[in-house]
Amino acid sequence: MYHLQDITKVYRRRQEEVVAFKAASLDIGLGEYVAVVGPSGSGKTTLLSMLGGMLSPDSGKVWFGGESLYDLPINERTRRRREQIGFVFQTFNLVPYLTALENVQVPLFLHGVSKTEQRNRAVALLEQVGLGNRIEHKPSELSTGQQQRVALARTLANNPRLILADEPTGNLDPTSREAVLSLFDHFVSEGRTIVMVTHDPGAAARASRRLCLNDGTLVTSNEIPAARAA
Amino acid sequence: MNLKTLVWRELAERPSAMLTSTLTILLGVTALVAIRHVTVFSEREVGQQLQSLGANVLVLPKDATLQDYYSADLTERTLPESHVASILLENLPGVERLSPKLCVSAKVANRDVTLTGILPQSEFQAKAAWQSVSLFSNKHEGCKKAACGPKTYDAAPETLASERTIDQLKGNEAVIGADVAEFSGLKPGQSVEMLGEKLQVLAVLPRTGTVDDSRVFAHLHTVQRLTNAGEVVNAIEVMGCCEDAAGGLVPKLAELLPDAKVVTISQVVSTQVGINRLMSQMSLFVLGILVIVGGASVASTISSNVRERRREVGTLMALGATPSLVTRMFLLKAWALGIVGAVGGSVLGLIVAMVLGSQWAGVTVKPLPELIALSIGAALVITTLAALWPARSAAKLDPCCCFQEV
Repeated sequence: MYHLQDITKVYRRRQEEVVAFKAASLDIGLGEYVAVVGPSGSGKTTLLSMLGGMLSPDSGKVWFGGESLYDLPINERTRRRREQIGFVFQTFNLVPYLTALENVQVPLFLHGVSKTEQRNRAVALLEQVGLGNRIEHKPSELSTGQQQRVALARTLANNPRLILADEPTGNLDPTSREAVLSLFDHFVSEGRTIVMVTHDPGAAARASRRLCLNDGTLVTSNEIPAARAA
Repeated sequence: MNLKTLVWRELAERPSAMLTSTLTILLGVTALVAIRHVTVFSEREVGQQLQSLGANVLVLPKDATLQDYYSADLTERTLPESHVASILLENLPGVERLSPKLCVSAKVANRDVTLTGILPQSEFQAKAAWQSVSLFSNKHEGCKKAACGPKTYDAAPETLASERTIDQLKGNEAVIGADVAEFSGLKPGQSVEMLGEKLQVLAVLPRTGTVDDSRVFAHLHTVQRLTNAGEVVNAIEVMGCCEDAAGGLVPKLAELLPDAKVVTISQVVSTQVGINRLMSQMSLFVLGILVIVGGASVASTISSNVRERRREVGTLMALGATPSLVTRMFLLKAWALGIVGAVGGSVLGLIVAMVLGSQWAGVTVKPLPELIALSIGAALVITTLAALWPARSAAKLDPCCCFQEV
């Protein structure tokens, strides 16, 4: 699915250069469940942004489905993101003035789906994550666990092949964390690819592969034994 | 869910944040619509008054104010009637007709009316023949009026409404205005008692929308006799053959009648014309204020909104919103502000114009759809231009800001 080739991303501030991410080669295959771990400032979010087509590298290529992502025009890149990638955020990033239903409808509207179809699919997704009775609630009227489940329903709205998650369990209580990770397991079982940035060793252990970053460099790339991953 | 829903939900969530800029546009449009409406109707009123006054030049008593004539209610200050003969005998170039007037208050059917004494044109002809002068035959230099044949002085009395003069009027006859006819029920051929004397109604004038509608016109000498005023008049209207004649007549008449005040009609309405010009310039000033203050307010509001919503915009972009959709989202919001401000301002401005127009400028104001459409259009153009830069800057936001912590 992904092939990163000679990637370098450098941040410059006041004549000081910091290598945010550097990798000679990195492949992520279809259906993989990848956990990206490492200390703060190690380049995890930079990697996620580049995979999401939102941050172009200073050098190298990011190949996505056989296409060089950053050689595509911005609208084409946006289209790939809209059609094939779903995002999960640490603080959920729900639109505060929209209801749970409308939040899930946003990616469908951006995809040009009709109003009726938007509503039907959004209701079905919210029922799938156990929030069928909360569709008219605004984010402020939901618990953090419920908000993350709304965000997950929104992620699935356009049926993406790939999910990029940034600390998806960082703000959750143990019960909600388990519910989210169970849903991730379910997504992978459906054949989706997940790349999850996390500080949570337990969450990382659920993945099938772990990428360790330190100072913007890929330190290790380990396959996790199936028994542990399960 | 669509773009409109997205914008509307955000607006409905925090309407107070948009209040200042909406209010700025609303007040700007209110002032613009109110001033322009009053100006337009005031200009129309002046035009109508000029047309209704008809005369090019007025000869008034020295101490009379222009307002006295303007209100058509001269009752105290007078001129000797002999001035009419002086002007006639002088045979000034460009003079086509004369109309001396004496106005007094009277009652018809217990209602106040203005009894106006006028001299029929046939009497000028007789006077000219007696004095062996050629009546109004002296054309001024460069006169643009086409020559016409000898006058017969047999026009219908109703032409008084448009021509300001009447050809034939006997001492016991009266011509009444449309309002007088309406409230008194008088018809041609019937009699009306004025100041103790019965006068026969010769004609009812067509409605003019001026003070003439509430006048009763009678022979000048009859009015002089009934009021014991003597051989005096309140004003002499001098009709020039064309507009060019008026300017040349003023100094000659002033020289001929040193004890009188000679003014042109344009001087009579010059104050109001000046006020109209001032109001017209004021509306341009208000438009400038609307552009600067309204535009700055909208730009500031939208910029601040973009700053507050960086993370939301980043998230929308991560979810697949294109830069053009983000631009449209903020422009639509600006248009919503502009439309609310412009429509509200137009309604408020119209109400202000209708109330204050009659109180301050003495004009009846009615809605001018094209002016309202223009004001709304101007407000929308201003809000669009003001919101364009912040909206485009929102579209250029780094979508990675969706990953940033709050």
